[in-house]
Amino acid sequence: MSDRISLTIDGRQIEAEPGQTILEAAEEAGVYIPRLCWMKGLSAFGSCRVCTVRVNGRPQSACTQPAAPGMVVENDTQELRELRRSLIDMLFIEGNHFCMFCEKSGDCELQALAYRLGITAPQYPFMFPQRELDATHPEIFVDRNRCILCGRCVRASQELDGKHVFGFVGRGAGKKVAVNAESGLGGTDAAGDDEAVAACPTGSLLKKRVGFAVPVGQRRFDHQPIGSEIEQAQSEE
Amino acid sequence: MGATREEVVKVICQDYGNDRSRLLDIARDVREQLGCVDSPAVDCIAEVLSIPRVEIESLVSFYSFLYSEPQGQVQIRICNDVPDMMKGADRIASELEEELGIQVGETTPDGKFSLEYASCIGLSDQAPSALVNDLMVPRLGAGTARRGVQILKERGELKELDKLLIRDYGDGNNAHDLVRSACSNNIRKAGEVILAEMRRGAGLEKALAMSPVEVIREIKTSRLRGRGGAGFPTGMKWEFTRAADGDRRYLVCNADEGEPGTFKDRVILTERPDLLFEGMTIGGYAIGAEDGLVYLRAEYAYLREFLEHALAKRRELGLLGENVCGKEGFHFDIRIQMGAGAYICGEETALISSCEGLRGDPKNRPPFPAQHGYLGKPTSVNNVETLCCVARILQRGSGWFSAIGSPGSTGTKLLSISGDCMRPGVYEVPFGIRLSEVFAMCDAQDPMAAQVGGPSGKMVGEADFDRTICFDDLATGGSLMVFGRDRDVLEIASQFMQFFVHESCGYCTPCRVGNVLLKERLDKILGGHGQPTDLEYLQRLGESIKMASRCGLGQTSPNPVLSTLESFRSAYEERIRDADDVEESGFDLQSALSTAQTLTGRKSVHFED
Ligand SMILES: Cc1cc2nc3c(=O)[nH]c(=O)nc-3n(C[C@H](O)[C@H](O)[C@H](O)COP(=O)(O)O)c2cc1C
Repeated sequence: MSDRISLTIDGRQIEAEPGQTILEAAEEAGVYIPRLCWMKGLSAFGSCRVCTVRVNGRPQSACTQPAAPGMVVENDTQELRELRRSLIDMLFIEGNHFCMFCEKSGDCELQALAYRLGITAPQYPFMFPQRELDATHPEIFVDRNRCILCGRCVRASQELDGKHVFGFVGRGAGKKVAVNAESGLGGTDAAGDDEAVAACPTGSLLKKRVGFAVPVGQRRFDHQPIGSEIEQAQSEE
Repeated sequence: MGATREEVVKVICQDYGNDRSRLLDIARDVREQLGCVDSPAVDCIAEVLSIPRVEIESLVSFYSFLYSEPQGQVQIRICNDVPDMMKGADRIASELEEELGIQVGETTPDGKFSLEYASCIGLSDQAPSALVNDLMVPRLGAGTARRGVQILKERGELKELDKLLIRDYGDGNNAHDLVRSACSNNIRKAGEVILAEMRRGAGLEKALAMSPVEVIREIKTSRLRGRGGAGFPTGMKWEFTRAADGDRRYLVCNADEGEPGTFKDRVILTERPDLLFEGMTIGGYAIGAEDGLVYLRAEYAYLREFLEHALAKRRELGLLGENVCGKEGFHFDIRIQMGAGAYICGEETALISSCEGLRGDPKNRPPFPAQHGYLGKPTSVNNVETLCCVARILQRGSGWFSAIGSPGSTGTKLLSISGDCMRPGVYEVPFGIRLSEVFAMCDAQDPMAAQVGGPSGKMVGEADFDRTICFDDLATGGSLMVFGRDRDVLEIASQFMQFFVHESCGYCTPCRVGNVLLKERLDKILGGHGQPTDLEYLQRLGESIKMASRCGLGQTSPNPVLSTLESFRSAYEERIRDADDVEESGFDLQSALSTAQTLTGRKSVHFED
């Protein structure tokens, strides 16, 4: 396999297939690069910036940057940990996130990343925005208070469900997720089992009537930090 | 009986071949003919084009010049960039609010007038100014805006606003029959590269006598670098675009000119359109494109007819179209793509998104436009002034060009000078000129600071006045604002931050959220509530935004804060409270309690001093 690409991450040599991004190559090598808007099976989006790494000294999003021979990638450094904390803090204070009574608690990637990065309280002042709820759909509940604008629902709906249920409207601080019907989600062809719903990393899209099916304490991130599965997969080999 | 909404939309869509990639044009036309792109109109477009309605909403809600709700027949946009605010734009706003009985952001109940602010409209040297529908209204003196509105109020029919509002047309082509604008060119210094005369075809004929590769080599030897801000070598960009795989290629001219304080492209478009089109044609030949696009900012819509006319003339003369200048097999034509009010669309990948009928979100790179640009094809995006340089280089030779300026920055640069000086306007100067020489030229008496390169550039003080304008020192896409001693640099920085907050596309976290936070903290200091720790907070936050942002907007938006922290630190320190001033925690107890006080109808007596 002569066309394999060789690069280093935090001094460790890893290999990549041509066409793979830094994030994918790292993951295969058991190196976790924190991320939120990226999701396996969806096109890369590059919006949350949590996966920012330094590539030969330059900041780049690992989810969009293709691996190239000889790249020197920095990932787990003090500077980047602080940068990621800053970004996660921004996502917290931009919305209204109340983990203690969110159904997604323990399964939420935003919360899990905050824990992994050692965040107990955000360093920025809360914005307390007014955000809309949408309960018009019989099976799905939309709570924009918890939306982090990662676009996973938008892409999953198009790329996995073959629909166009979600889209972005507005710009800047006024940007938000909209649905493909004036009357709300109930007016669209969304279904409870859509990949778009499952793709939400936070509690912004929730299936109705299945709340707390998995008890708190037994959820994905209750026993080990997010990213552990990637790191462990490697150490088991 | 007028046509129904469905019929109007259908005809508009048909005009654009029911092509989804022309959605921006379609939305613009719908807005013009139906007053706005409201929900029923969105449904009509969705049906005709067979696309999801949310995609149309997505586009309409992005651009400042598209509306989902009815607007006044007369839309008044007061320019609120810093030079305009310095010359009293807020006074104009209050004058009009009073006269119209509405606030900025509102429409009169009779549906006649809407009033709003606009980011820089490209008239900073003739401030304060406003845009009234498509009409530029510069140099608003005290009372003129009010009188203008009074005249319009008396009219039942609100057509041909120029006849009602404009007494004198500006100089040069501003008085042309197809322009009829009150704008002035204010050309204070014409150089040999851009503002000199040129016979149509003089550069193109020379180019067509060479091979495309030789043309690129000529541009490379001239060491021409892009004038839009980033300064990328134009020859290299063309080489990449030419070498990329693709069955079609595009040459796009960036005429978005959105950086506040920049207005030199407006003057080029008014006075040297042929030089630009000639440069584009040469570029098309060099990279192997048959299609050129000019992305013209919405604020410059008044120039469109004039530019179309110039294009028609070139077609007539065989300088555009099939077999250009008789060159067998070289076909090239140019289309004007109108923007719709978004600074971010000056960023080249956002500009491409916009041309494709999408929100003006920048794209992920790689792939770069040279490989994967407009409609997925190899595309070169070049600034107006850059393309004019190209035409001149071909006419007069790369040796001649590279002898002008400094070694790393060859040729001349058009500066758009505004602010506190006696002679604001457009100056064509060789690169390498000192800031102090610029001040002398524009008659700036005792300046305190200059903003070089617009809000995304740098605020420099006296210590830097000996520095030079060029890519390797003080770089600028053209904007240069001068500030006198009585100006408040923090107030200016805050206004720049307001601009970025307004213009961020919102795609990535640091730019969307971070700029709001940065402005908030800066305003806290401005309001007299600053603490010593706030400076460190601003520095760190600003650096995070720069480092993590996805495109050039967020990578430069903290500059107003970071560069004033560097050059004008004392302006911050003077406003910061003592660390041991326990009462001043940055928290205003009275205002925090005010809502509760109003709701309960009680006053909290304990806290009053
Ligand atoms: C936020 C932002 C706004 C920009 N606005 C403009 C603009 O109005 N005009 C322009 O020519 N370039 C602008 N640019 C630079 C373009 O991205 C691009 O570099 C330029 O058009 C390339 O042309 P040039 O090489 O001839 O300079 C902007 C860049 C950013 C990041």
